[in-house]
Amino acid sequence: MKFKQMTAVAALALAMPVLALADADDDKLVINEELELVTKTAAPAHLDGALDEVMSGWHFRSDNTQTMQMDDFDNPGMLAVEAAAEAWETVEGTEGKSCASCHGDAEESMKGVRAVYPKWNDAAEEVRTLEMQINDCRENRMGAEKLKYTSGKIVDMVALISLQSRGMPVNVAIDGPAQAMWEQGKEMYYTRTGQLDLSCASCHEENYGNMIRADHLSQGQINGFPAYRLKNAKLNGVHARFKGCVRDTRAETYKPGGADFVALELYVASRGNGLSVEGPSVRN
Amino acid sequence: MASGVKPRIKAPKKATAGEAVTLKTLISHKMESGQRKNKDGSVIPRSIINRFTCEFNGKSVVDVTMESAISTNPYFEFEAVVPETGELVFTWYDDDGSVYTASKKVAVA
Amino acid sequence: MEFSRRDTLALGLGAAALTVLPFRLNAAADDAIAAFTGGADVADGGVTLTAPEIAENGNTVPVSVEAEGATAIMLLASGNPTPGVATFNFGELAGAHAASTRIRLAGTQDVVAIAKMADGSFAKASSTVKVTIGGCGG
Repeated sequence: MKFKQMTAVAALALAMPVLALADADDDKLVINEELELVTKTAAPAHLDGALDEVMSGWHFRSDNTQTMQMDDFDNPGMLAVEAAAEAWETVEGTEGKSCASCHGDAEESMKGVRAVYPKWNDAAEEVRTLEMQINDCRENRMGAEKLKYTSGKIVDMVALISLQSRGMPVNVAIDGPAQAMWEQGKEMYYTRTGQLDLSCASCHEENYGNMIRADHLSQGQINGFPAYRLKNAKLNGVHARFKGCVRDTRAETYKPGGADFVALELYVASRGNGLSVEGPSVRN
Repeated sequence: MASGVKPRIKAPKKATAGEAVTLKTLISHKMESGQRKNKDGSVIPRSIINRFTCEFNGKSVVDVTMESAISTNPYFEFEAVVPETGELVFTWYDDDGSVYTASKKVAVA
Repeated sequence: MEFSRRDTLALGLGAAALTVLPFRLNAAADDAIAAFTGGADVADGGVTLTAPEIAENGNTVPVSVEAEGATAIMLLASGNPTPGVATFNFGELAGAHAASTRIRLAGTQDVVAIAKMADGSFAKASSTVKVTIGGCGG
C-alpha cells in the first residue's frame, strides 16, 4: 500500500506541476449572461468560525467545467429539467391528476421551495427532503406509485423544482422542530468513521482547496444540487452523492432516503445558508 | 427506439444574407459505448448515435460520422452560412435504426 | 481503467516504460489515419486542435477543431480502445470549417486531428491530454 501511495504522490508531483494552486478561484457565475449567482458569502453564524467564508463547489472546478454551467443550453442538466417539465403535466395514478392539476405552473408555485428544503412538515411530524415530499404527493394525492429515491425521474423533478429557486439564497431552518435532526446531522458531519477514519469535516472543512490526488476538494456545499456530474454523465441527487462519499472513506454507507442522510442533508444544506441555489449545476 | 431521446437546438431566429451563424446542438442519448460490462461480466452492446447532419434549405452544412468516444448527451457547436430565409434541419441517426429530427427557421432580413 | 491508472503512475517512475505503451496503442490510430488519407503525406500545421491540458474528467472532455479550407476533419483518440472519435464533413453551407464537441478519453493520451483540404492535401495536429483519476471516486 505504502509503495503505491508514494508512487501516486511522485506521479502526481511530476505529472502535474501546474496544480500548485490551492484556493478556489475568483470567477463570477453568471447564467445566460443575465443572472448573477452568489457563490461566495459570509459563513452562517451557526458555524461558529469553523469557516470564514462559504463557497459554492463551482469555484473548485476547471474553467471548462465552469463554463458549461453558465449557459442553459450548454448545461446538460437542463435536459433533465425539460423531461421533468413534461412529467409535470402528465397525469399519473388513480386520482387522474398530474402535478399541474394542483400546483399549476411550476414556475409560480415552486418558486422559493427548494431554497428552504429540507424542512419540518407539521402534519407528518418529520423533516422532509424534496424527494420525500414529491413521493408523498404522488402516493397520497395522486394515487401514484412512489419513485425510487435515487431514480432518474425523481432527480429530474428535483432539478425542475430547484430551478425555480435559482438565484435565491439557501435558507433552511435549523431551530424549532427541525433542531433535533439538525443536531444529529451536525454530529454525523464531525464524526470520523470507516477504515480511513475520516469525517466529512476532515476533507471539506479542514482541507477544502487542497488536492486529493487529482480532485480539487470543495467545501462540500449542496446548494448546487442536483449536480450533473461529468464523471457519470447524469444528474445526481444529494443522497446518492453522500452514499458515494461515505463509501469512499471506506465506511459502511447509509441508505438514500433514510433518516441518517435526511439529518445530514439538513445540516449540510444549512452550512450553505446564504449561497444561491444553482438549479442543476455542473460538476466533475 | 432508445427512450427519452430529446434534441435541443440553439440557433438565431434572424440573420443577414451570407452571414455565418453559430449553431449549438445537444441531444439526450446515453451513447452506450460497447466497452462497459454487466454485473455478470457480459459486454453491454454498443448503442450510439452514429451520424449527425445539418442542412439548410436542403443543402448540407455538416455531416458528422460519430463513434463511441463521443460523450453521453452528444454536443456539437459549428457554423452555418445562411444565404436566404429558410429552415435548418438537424438529423441524428441511431445504431438501432431510429432517426431523430429537429428544425429551426431562420429569417433573413 | 486499471490499465490506464498504472500508466499514470508509471509516468512518475520512469519514461522508459511509457515509451513502449503508446507505440502499441497508436497502431490502430495509424490504420485509421491511413484509411482516411489513402496513404498520402500528412503535413503538420494548417489545422488547429483545442483540447485542455488536463481534463477534469475523462468522461466529458471538450475539444474543438478548425481548419480553414478543409472539406473534412477527422478526430482520433490514439489511446482509446477504439481510436475513432468523429469525422466532420463540411457541406457547401458550412460557416467556418470548425466544430466543437465533447469526447471520452480512457486515459492520458494524444488526441489527433487530421484535416482533408480542398486541394486534396492533408494536415495534422495533435495535443496531449492528461486524464486524471480523482481522489473521491464516488
